[in-house]
Amino acid sequence: MDTLEIINLHAETNKIGILKGINLKIRSGEIHAIMGKNGSGKSTLCNVIMGHPKYKINQGQIKLNGKKIEKLPTNKRANLGLFLAFQNPTEIQGVTMNNFLRLAKNTNAKAQNKSSKHISPGEFLQTISRGMDLLKMDKKLAGRSVNEGFSGGEKKRAEIMQMAILEPKIALLDEIDSGLDIDALKTVAKAIKHLHKQTKCGILLITHYQRILNYITPDFVHIISNGKIIKSGDKTLARKLEKHGYEKFVKETS
Amino acid sequence: MTIPKRTKKTLEKISNQYKFGFKTDTNPIYKSPQGLNNKIVEEISRQKAEPEWMLNLRKKALEIFFKKPLPSWGGDLTKINFDLLHYYIKPQDKIETQWKNVPKEIKKTFDKLGVPQAERKFLAGTGAQFESEMIYHSLQKELTKKGVIFESTDIALKKYPKLFKEYFGKVVPVTDNKFAALNYAVWSGGSFIYVPKNTHVNLPLQAYFRINAERMGQFERTLIIADEGSSVHYIEGCTAPIYSTDSLHSAVVEIIVKKGARVQYTTIQNWSNNVYNLVTKRAFVYENAEMLWLDCNIGSRLTMKYPAIFLLGENAKGEIQSLAFAKENQHQDTGAKIFHSSPNTSSKIVAKSISKSSGRNSYRGLLKISKGAKNTVSHVSCNALLIDENSRSDTYPTMKVEEESATVAHEATVSKISEEQMFYLMSRGLSEEEAVSTIVNGFATPIIKQLPMEYALELNRLIELEMTTHVA
Repeated sequence: MDTLEIINLHAETNKIGILKGINLKIRSGEIHAIMGKNGSGKSTLCNVIMGHPKYKINQGQIKLNGKKIEKLPTNKRANLGLFLAFQNPTEIQGVTMNNFLRLAKNTNAKAQNKSSKHISPGEFLQTISRGMDLLKMDKKLAGRSVNEGFSGGEKKRAEIMQMAILEPKIALLDEIDSGLDIDALKTVAKAIKHLHKQTKCGILLITHYQRILNYITPDFVHIISNGKIIKSGDKTLARKLEKHGYEKFVKETS
Repeated sequence: MTIPKRTKKTLEKISNQYKFGFKTDTNPIYKSPQGLNNKIVEEISRQKAEPEWMLNLRKKALEIFFKKPLPSWGGDLTKINFDLLHYYIKPQDKIETQWKNVPKEIKKTFDKLGVPQAERKFLAGTGAQFESEMIYHSLQKELTKKGVIFESTDIALKKYPKLFKEYFGKVVPVTDNKFAALNYAVWSGGSFIYVPKNTHVNLPLQAYFRINAERMGQFERTLIIADEGSSVHYIEGCTAPIYSTDSLHSAVVEIIVKKGARVQYTTIQNWSNNVYNLVTKRAFVYENAEMLWLDCNIGSRLTMKYPAIFLLGENAKGEIQSLAFAKENQHQDTGAKIFHSSPNTSSKIVAKSISKSSGRNSYRGLLKISKGAKNTVSHVSCNALLIDENSRSDTYPTMKVEEESATVAHEATVSKISEEQMFYLMSRGLSEEEAVSTIVNGFATPIIKQLPMEYALELNRLIELEMTTHVA
């Protein structure tokens, strides 16, 4: 059982406060959906948990299995089993998806267990191939540079494919549904559900819309506004939100 | 964006070591006194027992060298003190064909540099130059039987005087530029290659150039003739010890690629930081022939080198691909020149540079398409990667297109290692070092992947990027 705990988290960027006291606990096997308007702090929360250097934590803690991680560099957090699926994945020229992920897989394995054996390129080809099948991706993308020239949809699929390969303990999915057509959304959602069932990972799902929640049923739904979680509930909260809009909840709590 | 301090430290760590800076104690047979004059030129020629025409050419070249002013464009050459250099050092009096006969301390040097090891593994022939002379030369017997010549240029002058005179100095004339004239005046060593008609040298030939003495000037001369329908790949590598004084390397390379032939010339230049590297390289390419310069510049204080290709016959192809890496106190002023003077010729230039700290890269390119060179195609692409805010990159492309039917494309990009890229890679578990290496290596990959596997790995090592992913 793994637990990611966020305690009274305050963070800023360029001296502007964005997160103003977030409290959240995600355990293995749980799916938490965080919903909120543009600029409410949803994406910032993911980035701060993962350690983006752009943000400064002013107050509060992030704990993974009781261990404080808010001062660890990003890669150490990843080594411990955190994963972030990016809203806008970056392109890395000249580095094949295949080589990059094999390096990542081996680095994480080594960090978790010093005596772990390196996965050979041949073996890894099978691993990445399974991941790509799960996301119904064109296998050629494995030999292409990381995200370079990928369509919006391909980038999103590739993020979840990476999740399938790295098998995180806790996955942060930042607007994985944005820019996907309905078929792609179904494929991506199905893959997430499959990975969740298989690995029992905890998931933090950030989204604007209720749409993806038709395919992935959250255990908890949180509404975030102005850097704070203003309401938490079960899956029915998402429907209410869809029906009444954010304003109602913001007014209720202010 | 500013690079975090931690990343900076990592960069220092991975790029500030030069592994080839050791020196070897030797007793050269002859060392010319410092400075340059007619007497020294005469002495070099006398020691080599050259024909008179070569001595006269050397003397004429020296006059031209003295007369021509230092180029005012490009890098800063004003700090070279020509009076302090040794222009000729003869380490031993003959060229060996077996490593066991090479003097121990010199052999040890090349062992450390991995030269005999590479020869055993994947080379068809090897030359090793120490100071001014080739001290070792070998070629696979089957190739000798087929008529392939791979010799020190000095030996070639003696053994093949007719062939030598027919081609020597025909591509780069003595009046070409100040440093080419200097090379003509004091040239010594280098490789002479002749590949007969329809003969393919399937494994690369390699020459390794080592400067060992302080204030040394190395002036090797290379001439490659690929006869009709033949092919050859020549690789050169070079290193030197680190001294607080300057050394000078000024080579001239001439290549003749006859009808239907193909030549690839690969350079992995890794001089120490006190070497001025001022080199003239040029190829004449005839009908249906192909020339590729693959030019990697990692070391030296200042490099000024612009490999050139003259496309002289129909359907000739030329390609110049380069990678330059400049760090503290380094200026890589490199580039490419292509002259299309026949119809249906095509060319491609890919120039990539990586600049770090105060390192400076300049790309200087010239593309000329003459009137009548119908239906030529040329593609030029220059990409610069700046690793931090103090590094610098400039591009000076010149295009002279006199032919309307020509298709010319040019693109230039400058990029930086971005915080977002670092965050992305690290979010997958890569350490900061691995992330920087991955980005830099990815940038250089299009060039590096064209090197033979052994050299691709070597080059990764040279730019101190300890990659766990191998170049496929």
